[in-house]
Formats: sequence, C-alpha cells, structure tokens
Amino acid sequence: MKDSVARAASNDTINRFPFLSPITNYRFNVLTLQSMNALANIKTITKRELAAYFSSPLAYVFIVIFLLLCGFFTFFVGGFFEINQASLVRPFFIWHPWFYLFLVPAVGMRLWAEERRVGTIELLLTMPITTWQAIVGKFLASWIFLLLALVLTFPVIITVNYLSTPDNGVILCGFIGSWLMAGAYLAVSCITSAMTRTQVVSFILSVVICLFLILAGFPPVIRFLEGWAGPRLVDFITSFSVITHFDGFQKGVLDSRDVIFFLSLIVFSLFTTSVILRGHRAG
Amino acid sequence: MIKVHNLAKSFGAKRAVDGISFSVERGEVLGFLGPNGAGKSTTMRMITGFIPPNEGSVTVGGFDIVDQSIEAKRLIGYLPENAPAYTDMTVQGFLNFAAEIRGLRGETKIKAVNRVMEMCFLESVRHQSVETLSKGYRHRTCFAQSIIHDPEVLVLDEPTDGLDPNQKHEVRSLIRKMGEKKAIIFSTHILEEVDAVCSRAIIIDRGKIVANGTPVELRQKSEWAGAVTIKVTGVNATALNAKLGQLSTVKRATILLEEATRVTARVFPKAPNTNGALARSIAEVAQGWHIEELHTEEGRLDEVFRSITMPDTARSE
Repeated sequence: MKDSVARAASNDTINRFPFLSPITNYRFNVLTLQSMNALANIKTITKRELAAYFSSPLAYVFIVIFLLLCGFFTFFVGGFFEINQASLVRPFFIWHPWFYLFLVPAVGMRLWAEERRVGTIELLLTMPITTWQAIVGKFLASWIFLLLALVLTFPVIITVNYLSTPDNGVILCGFIGSWLMAGAYLAVSCITSAMTRTQVVSFILSVVICLFLILAGFPPVIRFLEGWAGPRLVDFITSFSVITHFDGFQKGVLDSRDVIFFLSLIVFSLFTTSVILRGHRAG
Repeated sequence: MIKVHNLAKSFGAKRAVDGISFSVERGEVLGFLGPNGAGKSTTMRMITGFIPPNEGSVTVGGFDIVDQSIEAKRLIGYLPENAPAYTDMTVQGFLNFAAEIRGLRGETKIKAVNRVMEMCFLESVRHQSVETLSKGYRHRTCFAQSIIHDPEVLVLDEPTDGLDPNQKHEVRSLIRKMGEKKAIIFSTHILEEVDAVCSRAIIIDRGKIVANGTPVELRQKSEWAGAVTIKVTGVNATALNAKLGQLSTVKRATILLEEATRVTARVFPKAPNTNGALARSIAEVAQGWHIEELHTEEGRLDEVFRSITMPDTARSE
C-alpha cells in the first residue's frame, strides 16, 4: 500500500514536469561525452609524444645517463655501503634534485620548441582539441617517461632489501616525492619550451629557473641569507624551494602541504604555458 | 559553409588582413590569389582557428571559430603552408594519429587511413619515417592528413607547392573532384591552377580583396580580353595599320612582329564583349591579304593579376 502511494507520487512529479527528465538526462550525457572526449584526446596526444621519445636515441641516452648517475652517486659518492644504514634517504634521494636540474629540462625542452620550429603546432592547434588538452597530453607523456626512468632504478631497492630490512614505505614515499619534484621541473620546462623555437635556449632558461628552485632551499644559501635577512623573509624564500618540500618525502612523511606545493607549481606552470601559447597566436 | 565577415588582423603596426568578407558554399572551389605577403596565409590561419582575429568573425557550418571552436574545427581539414608533419613518425603512424584525434577508432580508422593512402599515392612509403621523405611525399602526407575525416570544409594553403608536374596534376584533379561535394578554399600563386580548378577566385593585395569573380569574369577585366591577334602576309605594317585604323570597331592596333613578308599584329576593340565582331570586321577588309592566323583573345589572368596588384609597373610594359 505504502509502496504504491510512493510510486504514484514519484510518477506524479514526472507527469507534472515531463520536460525535466529528458533535460537532466541530456545534460548528463553531454557532460560525460565531453569529458570522455577530452580524455580520449589527451590520451591520443600522450601516446604520440611517448612514441616520439622512443623513436629517437635521446630517450635511451637519457635513461642510461640517469641510471649511471644514480648508481655512481649512491654507491660511490653517497657512500651507501659505508653508512651501513637500511635506508635510501641520504645516499640515493638526496641527489635527485641535482640530477633533475639537467635531465628534466633536457626531456622537456623539445615539447613546444620543436613543434614551433617544424610548424606542426599549426596542425595540432587546428585539430578539434583545446589548447589545454594538448598541454596536458604533452606534459603527461614526459612525466610518464620520467616515471619510467625512475622505476628503472629498482635495482637499488633490491640491493637495500637484500642487504637488510628497510622500511619500504619510506622508500615508496621518497619515490613519490621524487616523481612529483620531477613533474614540477618538467612543468617549468614546458614554460621555457613554449617561449622559444630553439631547444637549447629552452634548456638553458629552464636550468636557470630550476636552479633557483633548488638554491632557495640549499643549506649554504640559507646560511648566507640568514646573515642579512629576517627569519620571516628567509622562511618565505625557502618555502619556494623544492629541496625544502622534498625533504619530508625522503623521511617518509607524506605531508599534504608538500604534495600541494608540487601540484600547484605544476598547475601554475602549465597555466603559464597556455598563456604564452595564446600570446604567440594572438601575434 | 564558410562565412567570413569583415575579418582583420594586425601584427604590430602592420595590418596584415584589413577587412575581408566573403563566403564559400558547398560545391565551390575558391581560389585565393595574391602576391607574397598579401595576407593569404594569415586569413587561412584565422579561418582554421589557429590565430584569433582582431576584428570580424568567421563561421564554419554555422559555428563561430572563436566561440564554438571545437565544433567548427571538426568540420575543417587544413593543409598549412609548407605542409608540416611530425618528422619522428612513420607515414602510417602520423595518419593514425590524425585519424584518432579526429575521433576515428578501430575499423573506421583503418579504413580512413587506407583510403587517404590510396588517394594520395602513399602506399609505397607507408612505413617510412616522415623525416626521410622527399618534399613531394611529405606534402602529400600532410594533405592526406587534412582529408582523413572526409571534412565538409577544406582549407589548403598552397597545396601544389613543391610538387612535380605530374603530382600537381593529380592534386588538382583531386581538389576538383572533392570540390563537387565540399567547400574548398585554396591559395596559390600559380595562375593556371585557377583555370584548372576554381569555380571562383579572389585576389587579395595588402590585406584587402581587390577582385572577386569566376575565372572568366576576372579574365574579362584584362585589357586583352576580346583583342584579336592577326598574322598575315602580302601587306606591310604601315598599310595594315592604316587599314585597320579606319575600322569603327578598332580602338588601336599594335604591330607585334614584322618579318620579311609576314606581319603579326594585335588589334584592340573599342567595345568589350564583341562576340567576334572585331574579328569578322577585320576579315572583311582583308582583301588581298593572306591570313595565316586570326583569333580572339580571351584575356589573360596573369595580366589581370599584375595590373591589379602592381598597377604602376603593369602599365609601363
């Protein structure tokens, strides 16, 4: 009895406002269709960019150099064996901000500069996609590529696990932080790549900017700043540094503020990239 | 299909495109002529949504290129100037990418790629990297990309640039065939192409439209339109000139070439569109001459082009 009343009531609403149901359905369909389209477009672009990396020797050279550097610094310079700790913090992750300083701009420099030099940007941006989809698709491709390079350092994890029993949660946290940091550098490289047709110029500019991001939190620089600036100003400057924010990850602390710092740096840089691209087209 | 209204674009102080309006319907092939730097490419970039206009509007299939750019861009196939293509991909990979970004998937995608490969004669380089292609092949690869989704609107910026004569012929007949069902704009500075392909032509100069009409209409703007060329023996130049000067239909006659016994002259009519009246009147007074050749000129596009885009130099020749 109660059931039938309720059903009658709900039928009544639809009968009274029959126009409502198709509209809500239609809206829903259009929205899902649009976001599905956006995802499909981003995926297509990401796939193309990834393929572009591996069609040239640059990708392999990059990965080999990265792995060699990681191995050399961890085991020789970092003194992995001498420290005699079941941890990757000091000997492994501590070098990443410096490796990325040169390697990430090398990965990101071609993203837009090459597109502008060859003229394919005119093809890409007259396709039925938004500029945002192109920017995100390209960024994701490079970021995935960097993830791949990072994942290939797995022998280090095997070694430390073979020798002792480290806290693998801390190590995973370090990897996540390292990847986020690489993403932040990469987003900066996107900006500089969009600024020029020449890859070398893009590379140099982005190394300079990334160097600032490191140095703002580099202990010797902080000590120098403390000599003449107030503690608030020093705090303000160091809060821009990737080193300060990467520190927590290395210790196994997944602080939302650090995650937000890297993500907001990425979003801001990609937004700047879109502004620069729009500026070029507006003439 | 394409409506361009009062379009304008400035780069710094230079007005590259200065208030252009025209429209192209389905079944039309519009030739876009003009000297280098006249604003052809800029106009095409605005039509395809690559650069936003400063003033005016473009609608493609009813969609505004700025406000509804995705819907408008879906209808357009575009071959940019110099035919850029991703050099790190194979021809097939590049066309697959173009098809995917146009929303083609699975079986439809494979069919579309095969169709354009066949249309543009690319099968022999299917697995070759774009970087290693000769200019003609690269050009056709980019052209293939523009027609992969069978668009209703085609915008082609110098589609025959850098092709050999055979390839030029192929591309032209392709454009003509596709023009039956699509709205096509293509730019060129090869005037014979206008005759071969276009149903209508626009000449632009310094950002403005200076002529708009069918190739026949344009040709009639030529000083030569309706002029008669005559080659005769048995008369000398002065006598010929005197005789022709008496005719009421003749404006003036110029001697082009005087050989031992043969004279070649061009006779300009007083009234345009004589339908052969001038030639007939010349034939009537030609007693005692041996006419080797007598024909009415249709007018020449290159001469029209020059007189419109470079009025000062054309007259002095």
